[in-house]
Amino acid sequence: MSIEFLVASAVGVLSAAGIYLVLRARTFPVVLGLAFMSYAINVFLFSSGRLVVNEPPIYGQDVAAYSDPLPQALVLTAIVIAFGMTALVVVLALRTFLEAGTDQVDGLGETPAELETLAETSASEAQVRSDVEARP
Amino acid sequence: MTLAWIALLPFLGALAPALTIRLGRNACALATGLVTATALVLLLSLAPQVMAGEVVTTRIAWFPTLGLNLNFFLDALGLMFAGMILGIGLLVIIYARFYLNKTDPMGRFFAFLLLFQGAMVGIVLSDNILLLLIFWELTSLSSFLLIGYWRHLPEGRQGARMALTITGMGGLSLIGGLLILGQIAGSYDLSVILQSGEAIQASPLYLPALLLILGGCFTKSAQFPFHFWLPHAMAAPTPVSAYLHSATMVKAGVFLLARLWPALSGTEAWFYLVGGVGLFTMVFAAVVALFKDDLKGLLAYSTISHLGMLTFLFGLGTPAAAVAGVFHIINHATFKAALFMNAGIVDHEAGTRDLRKLGGLYTLMPIAATLAVLAGAAMAGIPPLNGFISKEMMLEEAVQASAFGLPWLIPVMVMVGILFSAAYAFRYVVGVYFGPKRESYPSKPHDAPFGMWAPSALLVILAVAIGLAPALVAGPLVNAVAAAVTGGAAGEKHLALWHGFNLPLAMSLGAVIGGAILLSLHRPAARIWTALGLPDAKTLFDRTVAAGAGAARKTTELVHNGSLQRYLAMILGAAILAAAGGFLSAPHVEGLRPTLAAPGAAIVAWLLLMGGTAAVVLGHRQRYLALIFISVIGLVVSLGFVYLSAPDLALTQISVEVVTILLLLLALNLMPKTSPVESSRARRTRDGVLASLGGLGMAGATWALLRRDGPPSISEFHWANSYSGGGGTNVVNVILVDFRGFDTFGEIIVLGIAALTIFALLETADRGASGQRLANWMPDQRRSPERHPMMLVVATRLLLPLASVVGLYIFLRGHNEPGGGFIAGLVVSIALLMQYMASGYAWSNRRLPTDHHALIGFGVTVAALTGVVAMMLGAPFLKSAYEYVSIPLIGDVGLSSALAFDIGVAFTVVGAVMLALHHLSGVAGRAEKLPPSDLPMDVDPSRAPAVGPTPPAGGAGA
Repeated sequence: MSIEFLVASAVGVLSAAGIYLVLRARTFPVVLGLAFMSYAINVFLFSSGRLVVNEPPIYGQDVAAYSDPLPQALVLTAIVIAFGMTALVVVLALRTFLEAGTDQVDGLGETPAELETLAETSASEAQVRSDVEARP
Repeated sequence: MTLAWIALLPFLGALAPALTIRLGRNACALATGLVTATALVLLLSLAPQVMAGEVVTTRIAWFPTLGLNLNFFLDALGLMFAGMILGIGLLVIIYARFYLNKTDPMGRFFAFLLLFQGAMVGIVLSDNILLLLIFWELTSLSSFLLIGYWRHLPEGRQGARMALTITGMGGLSLIGGLLILGQIAGSYDLSVILQSGEAIQASPLYLPALLLILGGCFTKSAQFPFHFWLPHAMAAPTPVSAYLHSATMVKAGVFLLARLWPALSGTEAWFYLVGGVGLFTMVFAAVVALFKDDLKGLLAYSTISHLGMLTFLFGLGTPAAAVAGVFHIINHATFKAALFMNAGIVDHEAGTRDLRKLGGLYTLMPIAATLAVLAGAAMAGIPPLNGFISKEMMLEEAVQASAFGLPWLIPVMVMVGILFSAAYAFRYVVGVYFGPKRESYPSKPHDAPFGMWAPSALLVILAVAIGLAPALVAGPLVNAVAAAVTGGAAGEKHLALWHGFNLPLAMSLGAVIGGAILLSLHRPAARIWTALGLPDAKTLFDRTVAAGAGAARKTTELVHNGSLQRYLAMILGAAILAAAGGFLSAPHVEGLRPTLAAPGAAIVAWLLLMGGTAAVVLGHRQRYLALIFISVIGLVVSLGFVYLSAPDLALTQISVEVVTILLLLLALNLMPKTSPVESSRARRTRDGVLASLGGLGMAGATWALLRRDGPPSISEFHWANSYSGGGGTNVVNVILVDFRGFDTFGEIIVLGIAALTIFALLETADRGASGQRLANWMPDQRRSPERHPMMLVVATRLLLPLASVVGLYIFLRGHNEPGGGFIAGLVVSIALLMQYMASGYAWSNRRLPTDHHALIGFGVTVAALTGVVAMMLGAPFLKSAYEYVSIPLIGDVGLSSALAFDIGVAFTVVGAVMLALHHLSGVAGRAEKLPPSDLPMDVDPSRAPAVGPTPPAGGAGA
């Protein structure tokens, strides 16, 4: 078993998980899916510098072998940007949920079965719902 | 420059009426008139040169790389059209001053009119066809505004829309045609294109180019089957009809036919397409015109018919026919504009334009009647008026032309056309002014004020003068224009009223007599016409548009149904297909790069990652659990970076991981804690297949990549110059702050924007529906009685100074050892966050009242200043300089200007992270509605017992 195989299979599995999760119907799994995609893509980008062990890109006169610093620099910014994106998307999901009363990705609200259970919950919920519908 | 000014003046001048309307209607009209008059004077100042055969040019480079330049040129054709546009424009402005009611917004009218005028002048003066296209579209737009000027009239709005649809589509077609033409000729300059007629006609692209260009010309000049927009455009105020829809805009198509005549004409396709469509339109519209009861409808179809005649003349392709065409353009503009103004006067004074309600106005409106008789006679082609001469010239050409090997076909059709022309001209004059006087008219008719009839009188005088002394009044201009159109092939032609006894004269005579007879038979003829029940173009148009809109809506609903799941599936599916296509169409060779043997620890980490991923995917409905599992993955990725020689990445990943999980936890607090099962089995299978294919592709690509050596890259340069050029040994950091500092600069700005967006989303969360939900929010999880647990508080207090020092240390060493601004910023953020978590939002906020916006702003500004300072020193933006300074106890520290840049990075990161989490915890605090506590650690005994059973999923958080 080689390191290369481990990394390649990890990228594949992380991508597959990311794809599956972004296709879910609720916002939170979609956010998780985006995080998975970020992992996969960052690792893929990183491995474009090929894999080496114990040769960090710290310059020295006598250092001959070093890992490729450029993909590392790119991935470093990508990690930070991915954080910014995840933060933004999850806050967007939160605000949408507060605004629409549902975290279904298309804002479709609850399925009939859930509406039944909702009917049994607090009246304040119903109040909010009617207020929302009453808005022009 | 004069030429550019002539085209630009009306555009700039469009402001004048808008501004002067406050000074009154006279001032407004005067200002408008002055603009046009100035442009006209400028144009006339160039006239002597042009008439002497010179071509005046103005060339201003605009987008030379695109071939789009402000190139203008003025030859005789341009002079004639520009003169008509500005001259008749001036008359229309005077007329409109008296025509418009007090309630009509005159400033707007004149502003639109000047915009149109500028666009029109631009068309006829453009030397660059791309520039011409821009002006062409502008005429469509300004015409739309003018037709819909009376916004309260539905006919006006519908007519404007229809005109814009038809001429706009024609404009698109013209763009295609002219671009092809420019490609063939190798230049977008008309002067070049006109010289390359042979190359153009020999090109295989000639026919497509011709068809597309004709699409533009025929729609603009209302040729069959695109004619129907013109009658509906008559909902516009009459000055607009007189100006745009008889004298100028509709002639733009004819102008382009004349303009491109040397390059395109002379082929069989040109003859049959242009000549055929023109001839048919001429005859067809003349017949329809006779049966129109609305004066403006009659004149609209008459205009279509005359435009058809012009198109027919240019389509014949002979120089003599082109001369006749040029001459008739002038003549038609004079009598038709006069007649439109006349119809407006009748409408204005008698209160109706319906021929069935009019008649006998001769004694009531003698001036208008006289003018109408003369202009109508010119339209009917009766000597000694100008319409007669150009009609004779047209007939001379027509009797010589032969189509499909049938010498009689064209003359017979032309005969029918001029017969009906005479008939509808008679109907206009007789129907309005002669015949029995009506007992009552909608309003009491009387002659219009001087300002209203004077412009049409001037045009009628011109029509008479040209008719009486054509060689003197119009001869030089017509000959010069004909020379410009045909490239000198036309030769000198003597215009004369009397051509001798010949076939055309006989045809003319027949037409006039026949027209009179036809008018007397109008009543039964109209009955037959109605019985024919020809399809109404507007109904067809509306049906077509509705069908098009319906089809567009169906297509949209099919692919764009509002479902994110469907969109993402389509996007991912398309990406997988594209990748598969690339994969299957390329050869495959096994990579030869040696692999590294995996130690046992790596395999264990890999198993952890696989297990964590599987747990998240299978257990994603339990959201807290999923969060815990996903943090395992982040951890393994960090470990992988450590092992694979990327210490900076490992540090970044692990700190980002902490912040991300905290953020997701905070958000999840207010959101449902579980996801219901919604997708059907088929949907899950589909997603599973997509995910497997995508994952397989990514794994394969990574594997193939790792088994090959890459091409030599810029990395070696970075390695070699990192220390000598950037003053740091940590090459990754030097790349970030120096080599690719501009990227990093952009990145911290993006991060700042993301944080500000989060701020905007959360700051407004307590408004509206969202605010109500927050106010009604009930905790759906059991709350710990320990509101601020002592252990956590103590630990975080101890950690704060430690973490701050570590952050500083990581920051300072970042240039040479793993570390740097990003990681330092994240570490410090985490240390601060811990305080929020331990002692609560209110407590921490009081002790650390930081403006996070200012932090972000400060960070970005410092980073930018670093770059600007470099620029002020004459170096490129963000170029760094460095010096080594020895500090006691710490040792040599590289003080590089990049350090200042890194400070900016660190501050932006801290500001962005803190802003996001600060507001997220703020929202949570508002939702919890707990009394603020000033204690660093406390226990809330009221929360000791459980808050009852957890509410069911879905209802949570509302």
